[in-house]
Amino acid sequence: MHSTLSFSQATTVPRSNYAFDSHSPAFALSKPINLRFCGLRREAFGFSYLTQSCSSRVRFSSRGHSKKISASTGTNGTPPKSFDYDLIIIGAGVGGHGAALHAVEKGLKTAIVEGDVVGGTCVNRGCVPSKALLAVSGRLRELQSEHHMKALGLQVSAAGYDRQGVADHANNLASKIRSNLTNSMKALGVDILTGFGTIWGPQKVKYGKVGFPDNIVTAKDIIIATGSIPFVPKGIEVDGKTVITSDHALKLEYVPDWIAIVGSGYIGLEFSDVYTALGSEVTFIEALDQLMPGFDPEIGKLAQRVLINPRKIDYHTGVFATKITPARDGKPVIIELTDAKTKEPKDTLEVDAALIATGRAPFTNGLGLDNINVVTQRGFVPVDERMRVIDANGNLVPHLYCIGDANGKMMLAHAASAQGISVVEQVTGRDHVLSHLSIPAACFTHPEISMVGLTEPQAREKGEKEGFEVSVAKTSFKANTKALAENEGEGLAKLLYRSDNGEILGVHIFGLHAADLIHEASNAIALGTRIQDIKFAVHAHPTLSEVLDELFKSAKVKAPASSSPVSEPVAV
Amino acid sequence: MAHVLQTSFLPSSTSLGLNPISGSKGKSQAFQVKAKIREIFMPALSSTMTEGKIVSWMKSEGDKLSKGESVVVVESDKADMDVESFHEGFLAAIMVEEGGVAAVGSAIALLAETEDEIAEAKAKSQSSSASSAQVVEEKPKPKEEVAQAASVAASVASTVSSTKTVAVGSAVHPASEGGRRIVASPYAKKLAKELKVDLGTVVGTGPMGRIVAKDVEAAAAAGVVAASGHASQQHASPAKAAPVAPGIELGTVVPFTTMQGAVSRNMVESLSVPTFRVGYTITTNALDGLYKKIKSKGVTMTALLAKATALALIQHPVVNSSCRDGNSFTYNSSVNIAVAVAIDGGLITPVLQDADKVDIYTLSRKWKELVDKARAKQLQPHEYNTGTFTLSNLGMFGVDRFDAILPPGTGAIMAVGASQLTVVASKDGHIGMKNQMQVNVTADHRIIYGADLAAFLQTLAKIIEDPKDLTF
Repeated sequence: MHSTLSFSQATTVPRSNYAFDSHSPAFALSKPINLRFCGLRREAFGFSYLTQSCSSRVRFSSRGHSKKISASTGTNGTPPKSFDYDLIIIGAGVGGHGAALHAVEKGLKTAIVEGDVVGGTCVNRGCVPSKALLAVSGRLRELQSEHHMKALGLQVSAAGYDRQGVADHANNLASKIRSNLTNSMKALGVDILTGFGTIWGPQKVKYGKVGFPDNIVTAKDIIIATGSIPFVPKGIEVDGKTVITSDHALKLEYVPDWIAIVGSGYIGLEFSDVYTALGSEVTFIEALDQLMPGFDPEIGKLAQRVLINPRKIDYHTGVFATKITPARDGKPVIIELTDAKTKEPKDTLEVDAALIATGRAPFTNGLGLDNINVVTQRGFVPVDERMRVIDANGNLVPHLYCIGDANGKMMLAHAASAQGISVVEQVTGRDHVLSHLSIPAACFTHPEISMVGLTEPQAREKGEKEGFEVSVAKTSFKANTKALAENEGEGLAKLLYRSDNGEILGVHIFGLHAADLIHEASNAIALGTRIQDIKFAVHAHPTLSEVLDELFKSAKVKAPASSSPVSEPVAV
Repeated sequence: MAHVLQTSFLPSSTSLGLNPISGSKGKSQAFQVKAKIREIFMPALSSTMTEGKIVSWMKSEGDKLSKGESVVVVESDKADMDVESFHEGFLAAIMVEEGGVAAVGSAIALLAETEDEIAEAKAKSQSSSASSAQVVEEKPKPKEEVAQAASVAASVASTVSSTKTVAVGSAVHPASEGGRRIVASPYAKKLAKELKVDLGTVVGTGPMGRIVAKDVEAAAAAGVVAASGHASQQHASPAKAAPVAPGIELGTVVPFTTMQGAVSRNMVESLSVPTFRVGYTITTNALDGLYKKIKSKGVTMTALLAKATALALIQHPVVNSSCRDGNSFTYNSSVNIAVAVAIDGGLITPVLQDADKVDIYTLSRKWKELVDKARAKQLQPHEYNTGTFTLSNLGMFGVDRFDAILPPGTGAIMAVGASQLTVVASKDGHIGMKNQMQVNVTADHRIIYGADLAAFLQTLAKIIEDPKDLTF
């Protein structure tokens, strides 16, 4: 999810010798990392093995495109008769990347416009570097847990860390994934147009770097995928050193003794995991009455018992941080707290640093939306369920789509990618509506939290409205052999389902590798698999996946299993 | 780092229209209700003081007080101090008895405006002593930001009394409002709850004076010692008799006084600083000669040594610096030489401020004044807590060399031994007699390295061996 930032930065984009760089075996081996961190699609690395054989073709074809680009200058306003591209995507984040790969697979001539670095927020300032920091914090926490080590019979003396080394790991990972992403698009023949992209008119995109002449390109269809930037509430002064956003925190330039984290959602929670492992003490400031407001309440409670209470963390809930002043003149960072309900000043905190994790705001400024009569709502581009952009009069703008954080439907990297694929499906003639209910989300704390579908209150509300009964099944990691072998028995999986027909409404997992475990449930929801059928699927023993196996088996469904999914018995 | 929309992002945006409110508005009302019956608060007498011990009440309940009259003697971690009343009235109720300890900013007595209100105040004292923590929070915020701890502390300490003064009182933490608001790190709070330590009684030694985990642990450990000590003392002798009795009663466990407690905490804290030592032998014949010449004008050896040290420090500012946070050098703008002085039942370090600038005669007079005040426990906070470099001299006992512990918050301390007549081989191969003294500097190696100290000592030796600059 990404942002075409207006400042231009030399990117590594089309350099003629680039294809050669990618031939080292190390490069090919590192490819699968793509999948793990960003939910990139399989094509991303399937092609990496082909780069050598097709590199010359790629370079040739991309040169061919650029000739056409310079030739095309249409007039603003009327749609052009013929197009430079079938599809132009503005923003080369994970959403744009996913859409581009799928478009190429569907035979579309595709270009992607990027004003900053390829990879967007996820790869450069989000999921990817944060996973590097979390990988470090997880290990460090484990090594420092004397009790845990002793229980395993291990002896570790004083585990420590080197801040710069940790920061470098995060930075190296981001650049590795970034180059993988760039190469996968290059290899497929996606043109990467460097510059800040704007909608110039119907089916027209203008792009250019500051100080260079603008180029105008035309496309049959356009996807806006400009992503988001950290949201900073009014009254908070971000100086990038003591008052920071996730953008700064991921560089890990400083590990403060005491850091306040404003917002206890995914971002705040993950950073609390990192900072406490590195020795900081953390104070959460949450506007709602409970911590982790986005999570299923039961999971939230358990997570608080494991992730907050035993750690060096305290919190203030039901308060706004109405004013945050960075440290200066020998004074600490000063945070003024205001009661969320009474609006009365409540408290003042003095800390060494503050991380603003109050969510993300769409990055849609300067996108030229007024050229096509589209008005954003709090910055978000209004779209229908097919990601088609809606203009100020409530009409669909033909051939214009918006995916990812910029439309605000579900601000997750892999959701953006899924939306992009859905759009490509539509423009290539197959109607497709993405079900957001089957998109999983994960928080990579130690242990992890993951979820798909509805929370329990949401499910109960839906049940009441639609007249069905919501049942709950739970299994514990304490009963799982693999989890116990790892001495990580803390955890819970929770299933919300309809007992009448076996439909899965939601699954929530808190425990070891929860983020990897959720997909069995999300796939079942996406494919409409019912519990009475999936409970017959076999899981390897002993694995963590048996937690879900148990979960499905413990559900009481009245409907009988469908007639055997395996039509012919196969002799082994 | 994707984020679903339904989390804290939304509520935060509703706060956009809010003005940050200063905090003085709503709260002052609660305060004014109590105007007729005023509370006398435990004043903050030093920047490190978070609690004070009531040495004695100079007035009894029911006594009439006039403005400016001394009411109570408070023992802080550094000195005993009279606390005067800021208002006229009657001492209605004493809430903390003699020998009792109260957190800075908590009420220790009630002052009634008229005799009629005494009874009312007494009733109140019963209830409010239980909720004194709350009272603390309901006080109005000081309008101005409380400036750097030490300097402000100084200006208030002597006249400290009831409410008004405390509001401006010395800051334990730049924004802690005179110690009334407790600034403690999340883990410190957690530990305090676990170990049942009252944070109000803990001295913060973390960044900007905040209470951190080790302070709570230290307080918990001290609490155990104090409690057991107290119990055994009750068996051995009545508490009142202890200070009167000369010498030490063997077989007893005597709890630390506040000052001794502060020393203990500082000593334990010093263990977290990586120190090293460099020694030097300095010939003092010239210095001794100078001393003899100007002794009659009231110049003391301590002043001479402080002066020489200060002059050497200007040339080596790093030795005068300190490391506050483990990440930086704090280069001090003035050279303030603290000199350790043993006083009855403790140790204090009166400070010769700007020792590099003040002439030797003034410096000597100042020193005498400080020592007199220290013995009388009358030192003002700025007179003992603003040192940037410490001198400790045991030469008068004939000690020829020793090793000093670095006081936390400073960069270096110099242990000075006795100047002794020594047989010395001179460069030309002759044997001669010279007065020599050994000095040994302990320094924080995070900021001061071996070469820094060596260069500093070399400069110091040059100054002492050719002391004409000491008298200007």
